[in-house]
Amino acid sequence: MTEPRMRWCLFLALLSLVLVAAGCASSSGSGPESGPDPSAQAEGDGAKADRQLLSGTRNGAWESSYEPLPSGPVLIRGGTVMTAAGEEIVGGDVLLVDGRIEAVGMGLDVPAGAEVIDASGRFVTPGIIDTHSHLGVYPSPSVEGMGEGNEATNPVTAEVWAEHGVWPQDAGFWRALAGGVTTIQVLPGSANLIGGRGVTLKLVPGRGVTDMMFPGAPMGLKMACGENPKRVYAKQGPSTRMGNVAGYRAAFIQAEAYRETWDRWLEGDRQSDAPDRDLQLETLAEVLRGNILVQSHCYRADDMLTMLELAREFGFSIRSFHHATEAYKIRDYLAAQGVGASMWVDWWGFKMEAFDGIPENIALVSDAGARAILHTDSGLEIQILNQNTARAMYAGLAVGIDVSRDDALRWITANAAWALGIDERTGTLEPGKAGDVVIWSSDPFSVYTRADQVFIDGATVFDRDRSRGNPVSDFELGILPEAGRGGAR
Amino acid sequence: MNCAIGRLGFGVRLAASCWALAALAAPAAAQDLAITGGTVHTVSGDVLEGATVLIRDGRIVEVARDIDLPAGISLVDATGRVVTPGLFDVTTSIGLVEVGAVSSTVDGQMQGDPVRAAFDVVDGLNPRSVLIPVNRAGGLTTALAAPSGGLIAGQAAVIDLAGTSVDEMVVRAGAAMMANFSAAAAGGARGAVSLRLREVLDDARFWRDNRAAFNAGRSRDVSASRLDLEALGPVLTGEMPLIVSVHRASDIEAVLRIAADYGLDLVIAGGSEAWMVADRIADAEVPVIVKPLTNNPGGFDRLGARFDNAALLYAAGVDVIIGSFTSHNARYLTLEAGNAVRFGLPWEMALRAATLAPAEALGLAAEYGSLEAGKVGNVVVWSGDPFELSSRAETVVIRGRVTSLDNRQRGLLRRYRELDDERPAFKETGP
Repeated sequence: MTEPRMRWCLFLALLSLVLVAAGCASSSGSGPESGPDPSAQAEGDGAKADRQLLSGTRNGAWESSYEPLPSGPVLIRGGTVMTAAGEEIVGGDVLLVDGRIEAVGMGLDVPAGAEVIDASGRFVTPGIIDTHSHLGVYPSPSVEGMGEGNEATNPVTAEVWAEHGVWPQDAGFWRALAGGVTTIQVLPGSANLIGGRGVTLKLVPGRGVTDMMFPGAPMGLKMACGENPKRVYAKQGPSTRMGNVAGYRAAFIQAEAYRETWDRWLEGDRQSDAPDRDLQLETLAEVLRGNILVQSHCYRADDMLTMLELAREFGFSIRSFHHATEAYKIRDYLAAQGVGASMWVDWWGFKMEAFDGIPENIALVSDAGARAILHTDSGLEIQILNQNTARAMYAGLAVGIDVSRDDALRWITANAAWALGIDERTGTLEPGKAGDVVIWSSDPFSVYTRADQVFIDGATVFDRDRSRGNPVSDFELGILPEAGRGGAR
Repeated sequence: MNCAIGRLGFGVRLAASCWALAALAAPAAAQDLAITGGTVHTVSGDVLEGATVLIRDGRIVEVARDIDLPAGISLVDATGRVVTPGLFDVTTSIGLVEVGAVSSTVDGQMQGDPVRAAFDVVDGLNPRSVLIPVNRAGGLTTALAAPSGGLIAGQAAVIDLAGTSVDEMVVRAGAAMMANFSAAAAGGARGAVSLRLREVLDDARFWRDNRAAFNAGRSRDVSASRLDLEALGPVLTGEMPLIVSVHRASDIEAVLRIAADYGLDLVIAGGSEAWMVADRIADAEVPVIVKPLTNNPGGFDRLGARFDNAALLYAAGVDVIIGSFTSHNARYLTLEAGNAVRFGLPWEMALRAATLAPAEALGLAAEYGSLEAGKVGNVVVWSGDPFELSSRAETVVIRGRVTSLDNRQRGLLRRYRELDDERPAFKETGP
């Protein structure tokens, strides 16, 4: 853990709890900003324990153990640098130092000892982020014993965490990496009204899931509206959209009471025993506190508006709708309320609530000033996020919707990072951001282009030109000798 | 024209030829057209710069530079554009589904016995399906509308994506028999797939040779219904291709053995591990329909899935066909082809794999799949490289007629293009 947990700091400051004098840097913070601030030391073990307890854990369990791969300084020189921050610099350089982006511009000096990569004729973008993946929980192979995505035993399973089902040996991770993806949110499936917590991962191999967890990233809460829950629970209920909404409301009414009980106890003298923990409600209470970001699977415009009413009733925010095939119909609402929409390019027609999907959806939402995000929900399409972005961009341009290349790139980088609460850390090529960078063989908006090299926190994790050294899942070893080369093909 | 789908001795073939005639005799309005000035990829021959495709009575009569055009003929100016044959996807259920999860709109799957060879999709086809104009707008002009499920799923029909009646739309009924190398459908074991397929084929042969005895009640038992055995007749003679969905290399080998033993006209569909047995497939002269964007080891029957399957098969001399393996988004055929090129398939071969190769596999190459005299006038004018993400199908010609590229999705777009004081429900969305 090297990152200050800013979201936590904000929360604790707002609640005026036990940290009034403690400041907000993590006690283990060793990032560049954390100098010898005495207040950092003052954050007592008790405060940290409280923080963990509210988030649903103790003793430092379930924290990220991610470590970047070792790296030296790297200067990527002379490429077309697509920053996702407004600029596209032809003949630009990107300098990575200590795992971060040190500088972006023209004609940068080569630091001593830096590796220089000639990117002339090639393109450079931020690492791609998918806000909606089931890699690890619905892994390859998709066979008996491997399906971890839906705890379809109760309509509300806010108590389950996707990270507890992630299989780090999913061969799909390294194929996604080879497609330029550096960060993903793994979500539970959509069988349940409230499916559980999602986790944000960096695509760097580890032996356990905590090795892959994006340090300091907030968790997500997967919710689902519409057809799936009412189909899955048709017999026991909910069996209608009415029942769906009643289910959310009942859960959040309980969560409000739970939150009040806990907050009151923490603010008090603590002479009484701590309230009982409830795995479901501590997740939902964290949603109410704004510390877990709601990721709401929802297709139809009216269903999304219904979910916004739910959020209004209980005073929480929906960070992003997911799938949102009809987001274009309510893009003004999304823009006004600051709610993101994670969308496919043009999937449609596989069920009634997807019947009105159109290829211009993302461009329309983007043009309206809402946070447009292109997601995949697919172990295949995650490998062509750049192509799908181009398809959505050109679909918009073809009908006169004003979408720039930078806008489009942001759908799979900066906006996606925002939906996951990590936009201060990654998602653009700007100094200070993580060294999550892709070098493409050509324009990433061409079907013929490949990701040549993928950096995560400044280190090369994938290099198409090397025959050894790219990650390969244990599962693929030896089982099919002539085929076991992972994502490089 | 009234061509009952035959259950007579030569029923399937009769039906097929009737439908083909019906298609070619389609209403004759203005089907004369000249597409001028484009870069014309004929597929069967050269790439011609600045050439004209001349269509009369719905058929291509000439493709060349400097053609003298008949006075008053309709013109499509394709200067600076790319002209190709209409795309042909053999991996769809177009016309047989509206909404995947609404069972009352799904007509591509017959429940019950895993052997449904007699099931013919034609009477379930819906010429007014919203999928047709959506996919047509993506440059798809022709599709195999195929049944799915079971061991032998039934008979697929080739349709052109134009027309308001089944008679108009169908190019050939009984164009292929669809089957699945599905252990689950056969009783839970791979060996059972072969056993059951061989049993049914043996019985179809027995039926063919002993029909009179069977009808007189002087026959041994057979393993499938009379109608199914009847329907398999043209498969046995090799007249009707058998398209088998199969992925594992050893399963492909099993299917190759069956095809050789019975003299079948086999086509492999899916074929995730086909590259591993490419030489054997090439020797058997069996085409393979691939979905190039397939590389996850999603099951133990496709551990070898890889993006360059198409390129490896082509290099081994296998006839490669590209399929979208979807219905709603069969327009992805260009995306699939582009990705096949990204992973090594030569560009011209990718175009062939989405046009002429499927026509050849279905015995329709005399009429479909390339731009040459005598073929049906299915032509697409693209704004650029048809596989490139920035390109659009600008003009789609089917049987010599320029088709509408409007569809329900564009109507939704028009309604919601501007969000203003007028409520969307009051907005006119007509073309």
